[in-house]
Amino acid sequence: MKLVSKDIDKNSAGGVTMIPEEAEDMWHAYNLITHGDSLRSTTIRKVQTETATGSTSSSKVRTTLTITVESTDFDTQACVLRVKGRNIQENQYVKLGAYHTLDLELNRKFTLGKPEWDSVALDRLDQACDVTQHADLAAVVMQEGLAHVCLVTSSMTLVRAKIDVSIPRKRKGSCSQHDKGITRFYDQVIQAVLRHINFDIVKGVLIASPGFVKDQFYEYMFQQAIKLDNRTLIDNKSKFVLIHSSSGFKHALKEVLQDPSVSARLADTKALGEARALDDFYSMLQNDPNRAFYGLKHVELAAEAQAVEVLLVSDDLFRAQEVSTRRRYVQLVDGVRESCGDVKVFSSLHVTGEQLGQLSGVAAILRFPIPEPESDGDDSDSTDEN
Amino acid sequence: MSRHRAVRTMNYDDEYDFDDVYGHSVEDDYCVSPGTDQIPEEDETMGDKPEGKGSYDEDYDPLKDSSNFQRPPLNPIDEARLNSCLEEMRNIVGETTPEHLMIDAVLRSDFNYEKALNDVLNSQSGKTTEPKSDIACRPKIFMIGGDEPNEGSVVTAPQEPQVTRMTFSTGNQTNSGFTPEKNSGMDVETESSNPACRDLGDSFASLDVKKSASQAKLDAGDSGSSNNTPKKAPFLLKTKLERLDVKKEYAKRQADGKDFINLVVIGHVDAGKSTLMGHVLYQLGFVNKRTMHKYEQESKKLGKASFAYAWVLDETEEERSRGVTMDVAQTRFQTNTKVVTLLDAPGHKDFIPNMITGAAQADCAILVVNATRGEFETGFDAGGQTREHAMLIRSLGVSQLMVAVNKMDTVDWSQLRYKEITTKLAAFLKQTGFKESDVSYVPCSGLSGENLCHAPKDTQLSKWYTGPTLAEGIDRFRSPDRMIDRAFRMCVGDIFKGMGSGFSVAGTIQAGSVQVGDRLVIMPQGDICNVKGIAIDEAPLSIAFAGDNAVLTITGSDMNNIGVGSILCDPMLPIKVTSRFRARVVIFNIDVPITKGFPVVLHYQSLNEPAHIHRLISQLNKSNGEILKKKPRCLTKNMNAVIELSLSRTVCLELHKDCKELGRIMLRYAGHTIAAGLVTEILDKPSSKTE
Ligand SMILES: Nc1nc2c(ncn2[C@@H]2O[C@H](COP(=O)(O)OP(=O)(O)OP(=O)(O)O)[C@@H](O)[C@H]2O)c(=O)[nH]1
Ligand SMILES: [Mg+2]
Repeated sequence: MKLVSKDIDKNSAGGVTMIPEEAEDMWHAYNLITHGDSLRSTTIRKVQTETATGSTSSSKVRTTLTITVESTDFDTQACVLRVKGRNIQENQYVKLGAYHTLDLELNRKFTLGKPEWDSVALDRLDQACDVTQHADLAAVVMQEGLAHVCLVTSSMTLVRAKIDVSIPRKRKGSCSQHDKGITRFYDQVIQAVLRHINFDIVKGVLIASPGFVKDQFYEYMFQQAIKLDNRTLIDNKSKFVLIHSSSGFKHALKEVLQDPSVSARLADTKALGEARALDDFYSMLQNDPNRAFYGLKHVELAAEAQAVEVLLVSDDLFRAQEVSTRRRYVQLVDGVRESCGDVKVFSSLHVTGEQLGQLSGVAAILRFPIPEPESDGDDSDSTDEN
Repeated sequence: MSRHRAVRTMNYDDEYDFDDVYGHSVEDDYCVSPGTDQIPEEDETMGDKPEGKGSYDEDYDPLKDSSNFQRPPLNPIDEARLNSCLEEMRNIVGETTPEHLMIDAVLRSDFNYEKALNDVLNSQSGKTTEPKSDIACRPKIFMIGGDEPNEGSVVTAPQEPQVTRMTFSTGNQTNSGFTPEKNSGMDVETESSNPACRDLGDSFASLDVKKSASQAKLDAGDSGSSNNTPKKAPFLLKTKLERLDVKKEYAKRQADGKDFINLVVIGHVDAGKSTLMGHVLYQLGFVNKRTMHKYEQESKKLGKASFAYAWVLDETEEERSRGVTMDVAQTRFQTNTKVVTLLDAPGHKDFIPNMITGAAQADCAILVVNATRGEFETGFDAGGQTREHAMLIRSLGVSQLMVAVNKMDTVDWSQLRYKEITTKLAAFLKQTGFKESDVSYVPCSGLSGENLCHAPKDTQLSKWYTGPTLAEGIDRFRSPDRMIDRAFRMCVGDIFKGMGSGFSVAGTIQAGSVQVGDRLVIMPQGDICNVKGIAIDEAPLSIAFAGDNAVLTITGSDMNNIGVGSILCDPMLPIKVTSRFRARVVIFNIDVPITKGFPVVLHYQSLNEPAHIHRLISQLNKSNGEILKKKPRCLTKNMNAVIELSLSRTVCLELHKDCKELGRIMLRYAGHTIAAGLVTEILDKPSSKTE
């Protein structure tokens, strides 16, 4: 994201103008824009005009609109962000108070105004504009008959293609259907790799599987590449890394990112940091359950006691519709920071963020043990979700 | 008696509940499960031996009887032609014409469908103008009547697929296992998708005839009319009777002598499983000398001469070149008393999902351990697969186990080493929930072939070992009671293109039976399909039962509408489908505690599906099943708990109390088995999911 101007007063109110430059910036924008903000951007509006003869015609015009945000909608596949709201600045084409949906576009600037830029929003802004954080990876997580071709950026894991085919098993006396099935499957995966991975951008391509699928696939892919003289693959051969995973399901990506050969070869990614933090949480839960809490109530309790050493929190909590709910989480974050705790905001688009989301979205590793709260704090969390 | 049967099955389940769920606990204290109130009946019912296997018509010689049978057996191609003609004809004449008439017509017309159809239509309108030749080529049915089912059986030409058999139940069924159930509900569902057939069979009870089919037909009509059946009824009735009588067919197969078992071979990677079983197959004559010679030559060329016997089972190029089994190999062989479906599982940690698929189909197991010094220990210690495999099969309901202490040649057949290994294993297996009396041990060498099928020749072994050989050990396995009188269930393990029309689906029939011509429903997809053909080990059959590992040829549906893990069901009583359910689980030895939100892979029969633990409902007392804590924050090793799982796609499941085979699940995470469980509650719709 390119920051054009930032105008925030001492009461934390103000506007920021920025230009999204890549798909991931849309995700950042999605996490920044909340209900009640004002958003100014150019857009296409359909206008109806009445000619002198009384017939109507409609035409599309580009105009700049400012709306108060009522809802946002993010399409993870296409990385398109739609923001719906009411017009607050009358112009030639659109009346005051009329509804409009702004589609944020790449390379077109927008201005976001907030009554209050809280710490979480400011962090997000910094993160979005920090170019050093970019470390795009592609990963193919596979097992026989199943492959996920994913793109892993610093805050998103996008499944670009899922190949799910049934491969006949080996049968007594005949493996030909099996072998044919495997070849067809590999061909499909190669197609997906070529279609979805931009080798100019990604730093590396991880191929992960249990057993020998990855080796067999890698071998086959480069055999084919040479046979068909596919320069893209041949020139980028050095970017491929083979890694063990326990399955071809998407959540196995967590193991993949934690593999030492990944962190050694490629810069530490945010996804990796999150995976480590989550592992730390679980090992604390194992070793000293009174130093590992989850669920908002329990974690707040620990935060009050200034006991939180690391706070793990999923970013989707800050996208809460209600301002008060967001404020509660922001306060938790600020409180932990004040007491010198570390805050890790997980991206809900990463597999670890998904897992944390399932685990109530918030968890904490404590500095010192606190007896497990008597009143079943977890209670409210589980009823929350029903 | 029929109720009795249902109860027995349930109790039997419950008995295994303990072992299943609590077997892994380090403590040996068995608990009382919620189903304990039914236990008292158990002793009595357990003694109720399975339906007279073996004793059934022992001196009946199928060949002798079939000499009366004049129609030549059909080869598979004719079979297929016959089937397709029948299908076409059925489309025209509906179900009103008895199938055997149609078959006759088809055969007479030499598979000319139009001609056959004309014949059928003519004969129907002209009533009984059946040509003489007809009688000659019609299957003959002999009914040797009697009160005892043990004495009575329906005899038709064996191995004669597709011939319509007119079968009537003999009267007063006293054999509990085969008593027809007319109550509704899973437990007591009869064998067919067409329950009416059972009822009709009963109405013809006590047919005590030995006649040609045409006469039997008339008789059937008579006895039918004496039951106030209208005059025209015989035709209608007979159509319904076209389906084979399941219990008779099953009894007939039992009478053929050998019990069927599904045997899985498990153990740590490179323990010698494939070599051992490959050698057994060779010694028993199921691999011919020429093939074996070829394997020896070719494996030598690859520098893998020691794997020659393993090549019998490791058939893919990848497996052979790497010397590692990757997927379960399946083959059939016979010992003196058993027909064995062998499932050679891979030992490599990464292929445990395949191993689970194999083990889910098994009745009994051979655990192969490597006696070589240091090697047994590697396989047995943490990180080795010996323990995990043993725990897995126990949780999957396999209770009979033979341990093959293999590679004894590498330790000079040392009795001391043998003792050391068996002692260690015995303690562990007991803890895992195997009854001591259900576990046996055999020293052997898969490579040299010592003590596999012949008594040991090596004096180093024979001087101290006088027990059974491996093959004798297999003979001692007991074939479990099959649920042939339940609603049909077959879990799809493999889908492939067959020879003719449609496609083939392979898997183990978990419950009920299936016949050529049956309509089935594919779950969870809900597609209806037809069974065109049935084969076991390449031999075409007209009926297959629970426990059989069969290949069904399917038409009427598309190959893409079915996946590995789909379940073929009786359309009247399909399996339940859900994306959310509860299970009572035992947590295995895990490093990291389980919380809600945990992503897992759900293993259910041949299905592997990503799921996550939606919430932890309660932690249970290991020994009595009482709730210790509601909504625990986390679960750690060896705990018992009730958890709720949710999936992004729907899957088929059965409650464990309804069907023990289909009520078991395994959960794995990051390459480790973290829990085994029993399905206790199937939740309808996800009640507003968290996201
Ligand atoms: N000395 C000796 N070697 C054996 C014996 N049985 C097997 N082997 C050797 O052990 C190696 C592994 O044998 P396999 O049969 O492939 O082992 P496996 O258990 O099937 O292995 P996976 O299926 O990959 O888990 C081969 O080199 C065999 O020759 C035996 O009784 N004695
Ligand atoms: Mg093997």
